[in-house]
Amino acid sequence: MGSTLRIVNGRVHDPANGVDGKTRDICIKDGKIVKSVPPKTKCVDAKGMVVMPGGVDIHCHIAGAKANIARKLQPDDHRRDIHRRMELEKINTRSGTGGTVPSTFTTGYRYATLGYTTAMEAAAPPLLARHTLEELDDTPVIDKGFYILMGNNVLLYKMLQEERHEEIRNAVAWWLNATKSYTTKLVSPGSDEPWKGHRNATITQLNDKIDGFEQLTPRKIITSMVNTVDDLGLPHPVHIHCNNLGHSGNYKTTLETMKAADGRRIHVTHIQFHSYGGKPDGEPTSKAPEIAEYINNNPNITADVGQVMFGKSTSMTADAPLAWMLTRYSNDKRWVNADTECESGCGIIPFAYQERVYTHALQWATGLELFLLSKDPWRMVLSTDHPNGGAFTSYPRLIRTLMDREFRKQQMESVNQRAVAKIKRGHHMEREYTLQEIAIITRAGPARILGLKNKGHLGPGADADITIYDEHEDKELMFSAPRYVIKDGRLIIDNHEFRNNHEGKILHVSPLYDEGIEDVIRPFVEDFYTIRFDNYAVSDHYAPRREVIPTTKQ
Amino acid sequence: MMRVAEKAKSEGNIKIVEDATCTFCGCLCDDMVLTVDVDAKKITKAKNACVLGKALFLNYEEEDRPFALIGGKEATTAEAVEEAAQILANARFPIIYGMSDTTCETQRKAVGLMDMLGGTIDSTTSVCHGPTGMALQGVGESTATLGEIKNRADLVIYWGGNPAESLPRHFARYAVTAKGMYTPNRKKDRTIVNIDVRHTKSVPVADIFIQVKPGADFELLWALRALVKNRHVDPNIEKKTGVSMKTMKDLVERMKNCRYGVLFFGMGLTMTRGRHFNSAAILSLGSDLNEYTHFIATPMRGHGNVTGADTVVAWQTGYPFGVNFSRGYPKFNPGEFTATDMFVRGDADAGLILASDPGSNFTQAAVDHMKKIPMIVLDPKYTHTAKLARVAFTTAHYGINVPGTAYRSDGVPIELRTCLDSKYPSDEEVITAIYRRVEQLLIAKKRSKGANNKRQKAA
Ligand code: SF4
Ligand SMILES: [Zn+2]
Repeated sequence: MGSTLRIVNGRVHDPANGVDGKTRDICIKDGKIVKSVPPKTKCVDAKGMVVMPGGVDIHCHIAGAKANIARKLQPDDHRRDIHRRMELEKINTRSGTGGTVPSTFTTGYRYATLGYTTAMEAAAPPLLARHTLEELDDTPVIDKGFYILMGNNVLLYKMLQEERHEEIRNAVAWWLNATKSYTTKLVSPGSDEPWKGHRNATITQLNDKIDGFEQLTPRKIITSMVNTVDDLGLPHPVHIHCNNLGHSGNYKTTLETMKAADGRRIHVTHIQFHSYGGKPDGEPTSKAPEIAEYINNNPNITADVGQVMFGKSTSMTADAPLAWMLTRYSNDKRWVNADTECESGCGIIPFAYQERVYTHALQWATGLELFLLSKDPWRMVLSTDHPNGGAFTSYPRLIRTLMDREFRKQQMESVNQRAVAKIKRGHHMEREYTLQEIAIITRAGPARILGLKNKGHLGPGADADITIYDEHEDKELMFSAPRYVIKDGRLIIDNHEFRNNHEGKILHVSPLYDEGIEDVIRPFVEDFYTIRFDNYAVSDHYAPRREVIPTTKQ
Repeated sequence: MMRVAEKAKSEGNIKIVEDATCTFCGCLCDDMVLTVDVDAKKITKAKNACVLGKALFLNYEEEDRPFALIGGKEATTAEAVEEAAQILANARFPIIYGMSDTTCETQRKAVGLMDMLGGTIDSTTSVCHGPTGMALQGVGESTATLGEIKNRADLVIYWGGNPAESLPRHFARYAVTAKGMYTPNRKKDRTIVNIDVRHTKSVPVADIFIQVKPGADFELLWALRALVKNRHVDPNIEKKTGVSMKTMKDLVERMKNCRYGVLFFGMGLTMTRGRHFNSAAILSLGSDLNEYTHFIATPMRGHGNVTGADTVVAWQTGYPFGVNFSRGYPKFNPGEFTATDMFVRGDADAGLILASDPGSNFTQAAVDHMKKIPMIVLDPKYTHTAKLARVAFTTAHYGINVPGTAYRSDGVPIELRTCLDSKYPSDEEVITAIYRRVEQLLIAKKRSKGANNKRQKAA
């Protein structure tokens, strides 16, 4: 095809290549960024505009079984927020509904409309991988991948009890291949067994024994998975949702978890929800300073914040005991629990964060503190744990809150004052994120943490996923409506108008493993699952467009 | 790695296909071992299948029927696609209904077709577990995949359903005699309760049978909820429900004291007096019990891939069934956009019936309207609905001739294997062809409208 494009006159923010607001041309050929294109190439004039790589969302919940139950659960959420079908010149787009859990097509279009071109679904039970992949296939424009839940996997528990580490490595690699997923996710490791098997009991300490597996503790599971993923050389380390999410005093568990990594790579997700002081069952306080300091000093740790945004959210998590606990604080009567055999739990409740509520205001402020105290934007990146802390559509507002001190102060004054009073004052409260730092926490940083070498930057060889914003004083406005969005070299949004549809691809890993491991997994699946082993692995048909991201061992 | 499409051994004209899936009922058993006579195009053995599954496979034959009929006359698939596309493109209120016996791949395309046309899409859910979908929106649910139930459940309660006849392997594979991780002694490790208005074939496996008076399910559920919460219950309840207070209290104690309990409910509950109130009550009872122990309440669903239909329609539109696109975006309103209602009121002016036979099970008023409007049917069989259709396509069988995805009643997606080729097109191929042609027709329509407008303006 040889389609080419040149972006001229724009101020480029490409932190990965050390470009901070310089005016330079970006050349595109066949969906990739190249050094140069012929002089007569079609141009996009970006005068007075800011050019960045397309946004990369490292942690969101957009597709699969639990997202779909959340959709079915909340027609009220969709009715207020419709997404019309568009009749474009070449192709029609699909209609859908929005709210905190948009339908799949709407999810893709809306990410693109915000200038995001990649998003990672953060939690799928491997048994239901087909469902996640089918939904991702119906999520247009963006590239996407997903993480498989491995922290409550019964077969791995059995292997770990017997210290069969080599087999664990092969089994994890088999599972990643069988599901076409991107990395492993641990959610409250150890918590499903007491929840499902012991009358909804919970686990609170990293050294607690796990029901039915007397040799095991959450700590052992964490260490094992950190090592396994590191040994496999996956592009992204283990992605961990620590134990005790949302509980007062949980920052200790979070610190312990990070220490358990013992210098190896680990990504701690929605860390805001894990940064609370206070007594168990008492009011939470913020321990953001302690958490931020630990991360600042330990380069093996990366994190995303999981900012809380005021307004409607949907709490949906593999952490079933957490959702059950939240029902106590919710006015909404609806609660969903969904167990997946041998692999996972799941809880869903409709939720709303309110300015006047002490806990909600404290959570909001804790997230901001983490952002403001972080010394390395490459390792503390933006997320709202969509839709848990708030929908991804609230990112522009969050960006403004980080970039605009006055705006932040105004909000501080309008939320629960008792909560704000608990936040440490200091120089950091005056900090304003620069455009370059925003480019890091929303694209360059997540791409680097994910090990996506072709994303999050604008150097030759990168995927031509590019967003061009009008410069604007009001940063919320600026980031909510890019003037141009380019995906794989195609203009999707052209002069603020949605012009082109596009199908993104699945990003997944395919680590090597010893096929002998199938002889270990097969009998277990045949005894304790309800589908045949040979029907477990998904076929290529479920990821018609895909890219394998190599491991460091390949 | 072994892939789904490849697992077959051949010897001469005999082929063995292992781990095939039976799509007859919501159990979606994926352990079929099919012996296939390729030359005769017959399945001669279906190991592991129950009577219903055997009937599905062993009675399979590629019927020697025309590829399509238009107005009762033989036609090619292409001609029928043209006719169907014309009907749909010229309709103002088209509807697609059915979808329970086809792949998710087809369902995904069918929703797209109605989105483009501004029509309505509805599945057989609206006549089986639609009330459960509505109840979910009110109260949520506590659910589980069937393997978790097999591994852990020590108390299994069937309510208003007769799996022995409708889901024959439910007991053996999942909930009664299945051997699981914490239920190694199968039925000995479980207490089975059956609650129904009548003594069905499912009662004999139960340890406890509770017969409730017809129409009193809701009252019984509500009384149980009250007892679980230690609230006072009017003794009159015994007369209303036909169940003694002692029985109720005994059941409540069992429910509170089990380690992992399950309430499976069927259409005896959702399609009788009370409907979505019944579903909401049983889902709430299941949730309430989580104060004491781990408890699940989940519907038993019949048709092969009806769960897939809900799943697909929900991820594409946000709503599970009964969705209308006439305003250019999805609207959900059961009772308004559900197929029976649209036919009875005479709202639909064209219908596409996908892998279902409403002509044989909808009310007379609905069928009368179907006879008046141009209908399009896709089905491997010559159904009642096909007989009254303007356009009837013969399509291939999913799970026998056509691969693809089906969702088990608990939401586990299963990839179907094929064992025999068919000369007929798949549902997906036909829907895709119709989609393409309708798209062309709509563009042409828009152009001519645009041209007319210009002419008018010029004049
Ligand atoms: S139980 Fe249902 S799915 Fe299983 S073999 Fe019988 S009819 Fe087929
Ligand atoms: Zn999350």
